Amino acid sequence: MWQNLLANKRRGLRLLGVIVLLLPLLFLGLFFFYPLVNIFRLSITAAAFNDLAQRPYFRSILWFTFWQAGLSTLLTLLAGLPAAYLFAHYDFRGRSLLKALTTIPFVMPTVVVAAAFRALLGVNGPINQALVGLFDLSRAPLQLEQTLTMILLAHVFYNVAVVVRLVGGFWANLNPRVVEAARVLGASPWRAFREITLPLIRPSLVSAALLIYLFTFTSFGVILILGGPQFSTLETEIYRQYVTFLRPDIAALLSLLQIMFTFALMSVYARWQQHTAVSLDFRPQQTNLRRPQTRLEKTAVAALIAGLGLFLLSPLAALVWRSLVDRDGQFTLAYYQALPELRRGSVIFVPPLTAVRNSIGYALLTVLLAGLLGVLTTTVLVRPSRWRNWLDPLFMLPLGASAVTLGFGYVVTFNWLRTSPLLVLIAHTLVAFPFVVRSLMPVLLGIKPSLREAAAVLGASPARVWREVDLPIMGRALLVAAVFAFTVSMGEFGATSFIVRPNSGYLTLPIAIQRYLGQPGALNFGQAMAMSTILMLVCAVGFVAIERFRYADVGEF
Amino acid sequence: MLDLNAIQKSFDDTAVLRSISLSVAAGEIVALLGPSGCGKTTLLRIIAGLETADSGEVLLDGEDVTAVPVHRRGFGMVFQDYALFPHKNVGQNVVFGLRMQQWPPEKANGRAAQALELVGLAGFAQRAIHELSGGEQQRVALARALAPAPRLLLLDEPLGALDRALRERLMLDLRAILKQAGGLVGRPEGITAVYVTHDQAEAFAIADRVVVMNAGRVEQVGRPTDLYARPASHFVARFLGMENILPAELLGGQPPRAQTPLGPLVFTDLPNSLPVGAATNLLIRPEAARFTTADDTGENVVHGRLADVSFRGRYQIATIVVTVGETAVSLKLEFDTAETLPDIGQPVSLRLNPQAMILLP
Repeated sequence: MWQNLLANKRRGLRLLGVIVLLLPLLFLGLFFFYPLVNIFRLSITAAAFNDLAQRPYFRSILWFTFWQAGLSTLLTLLAGLPAAYLFAHYDFRGRSLLKALTTIPFVMPTVVVAAAFRALLGVNGPINQALVGLFDLSRAPLQLEQTLTMILLAHVFYNVAVVVRLVGGFWANLNPRVVEAARVLGASPWRAFREITLPLIRPSLVSAALLIYLFTFTSFGVILILGGPQFSTLETEIYRQYVTFLRPDIAALLSLLQIMFTFALMSVYARWQQHTAVSLDFRPQQTNLRRPQTRLEKTAVAALIAGLGLFLLSPLAALVWRSLVDRDGQFTLAYYQALPELRRGSVIFVPPLTAVRNSIGYALLTVLLAGLLGVLTTTVLVRPSRWRNWLDPLFMLPLGASAVTLGFGYVVTFNWLRTSPLLVLIAHTLVAFPFVVRSLMPVLLGIKPSLREAAAVLGASPARVWREVDLPIMGRALLVAAVFAFTVSMGEFGATSFIVRPNSGYLTLPIAIQRYLGQPGALNFGQAMAMSTILMLVCAVGFVAIERFRYADVGEF
Repeated sequence: MLDLNAIQKSFDDTAVLRSISLSVAAGEIVALLGPSGCGKTTLLRIIAGLETADSGEVLLDGEDVTAVPVHRRGFGMVFQDYALFPHKNVGQNVVFGLRMQQWPPEKANGRAAQALELVGLAGFAQRAIHELSGGEQQRVALARALAPAPRLLLLDEPLGALDRALRERLMLDLRAILKQAGGLVGRPEGITAVYVTHDQAEAFAIADRVVVMNAGRVEQVGRPTDLYARPASHFVARFLGMENILPAELLGGQPPRAQTPLGPLVFTDLPNSLPVGAATNLLIRPEAARFTTADDTGENVVHGRLADVSFRGRYQIATIVVTVGETAVSLKLEFDTAETLPDIGQPVSLRLNPQAMILLP
């Protein structure tokens, strides 16, 4: 009799699990796979295939997409390696602060980064002004607006955190004695690096390179805003083909190409992660850190710290600065004071402040929706079952399709919903959902099963176990997930740029910023700066919250 | 061959080495012995060139090598955790130093095979590092250090990561290998080595000479037998595992006596530097006591109670508590296993051999 009851109970639990999972699965099916299928359907036209195959224009776009990603990856690795070395080997005052700083660009919305680089390196930017003043020049010496240099700089700025975290973390775990052994045996510092260190950190280098390549391959906002019309990648071309040239079939075919390539790259990455799980000589991270000793070391470390700090902070500082000074260099609050006004001839149809309010509303609702879906999903997934192995990657799939593809799919599938704010909210929820799952899963998996068993033996029902054990432990992770969802929604640009109609009153802050940046005039530029500053501050606060509440070393990428 | 001259080193304003001077003769194995944090590893790393001294100099055959970078010193080093290259196999590990010296591959492989044979690992060249046991890894590390014929071999707690039984066995092997290695490295006088350890048994078993270090200073230098016979300080005696150390006041006389908590004791060994009346410590060796009768009133007789017996194989250690007035003194004394001890808790009387007691300076 007991066995029967137990078996029934177990069956009941499994049924409950399926029901609980149904909601996120349904959401994913309707708002992720269905639009993708539509894109696929759209793309199957002879005209699109012919155009794509015959016009050299597309070949050059494809080629540019690949090589700019490759070059960006290479430059990021080169810039990131010294920083990774610094964090892996040296202890210095302000170390954790600087390490946190390197991650800040990573959580900044693309629009903010693009705006920041225009603020810093634009014709009227502080660097050009300083050079003009210093050398008494008649015009700005750095003409970087709408150049490849600017794009590459922004990409490096964005992804340096990946190198510092992945490679730096790996490097710090290498046994320093191994390198010392090579040195005693007669290897010069360079030789020891090449023969010992490099092969040993290679797994993390390849991981970082693959990730950065993926990120820069699908980069959208940076290229759209900083590159201008003469630079086009797969991503921006999807947008242009649909919005400007009204060719949804070509856009769909390009989307398909993008998805195929990203998934291929993601599976290579996943395979590589498994492959690198070979046992190396690992030791605790703490013991390897030391303070710089000799004068040479001290100088090098100081230079690295200063260079890194300057590189990370100057664009953001320039952003704030240019939101606060007018064309004559006088301090002004005019750009902020004008935010509640709807100016005549404005590029958007509501006062900028409405965009701020919209974004905060979207973000709060995204937290609620993505949080709910995430908790449901992880609660079921965390229990071992035969489903987990293929459900877990399934829920990560939205990371693979770029936001642009997602937005495009929404537009062709749910065109009738475009006038309501609902579609933007759904898109944000879908983009934030994998982040929520990724923040919750490791923490939940880290809970020892014996804790739940102990609670059950003491008389707690499954629901009670969840409330008394899982939920309190998850509390902090939940907070992190919520902040993640909030910042992701605040900064989302790719999908929203598709969904929001030009004359919509439901537009978001990043869209407003992009529109203002695309317009001439000091007031437009200043207001773009002011809005970017607000967005940056919101995300920075969110970032500080994440760093504070995150369980140490759980869930890095 | 190796001379250290007034080496000083501090980390973040804490002095780790306070003016260390030391000479190592060619073919000699010298052990740096001390508790963790005494500075022995730092000293070894300064000799290797992995750490720079704040002041002082390192001379090799009279030539100042203080400023020579580590990879140009031509030393060999064995690390505590072996630091084998995990991405290279045994043979590639051993051949690494030879490649750095531009040996032709053919010759280098031959030499590597020789080195592996010396440490008893002939035929292991193709093995991956993670397939080896701890003891085998330790031997590979030794072969790798010896293969390029180093002028000086440095060993940093090379047996520290091994379990006790294996360590006991390898101690003897290691000394034999080091003494034979002279042939491999082309030095008839044998290899010169500096060996860092915190284990006195290891230091005694392997080294020709032992340097006892404490808090960044050299406490005593000497052959193992000298160190054992005449520890130069309270610290050295304690560190070598001697437990019966009593506060004492020198009373003088011939043979000399000292006032101790056990009453006046006669002993034979007196450091000549001590004046009468000096407050110092008396060391009673564990083998000092013989049982006597309860009515023995001769010199050096103490009456106590047997508190505990611990069996150690060939000998047994008796803990004897002697109560004099208010104070209880506990002595740990060794007796032959063949000797029948009284029951625990019974009174015992002991006569202490004057030749087995020395006054510590």
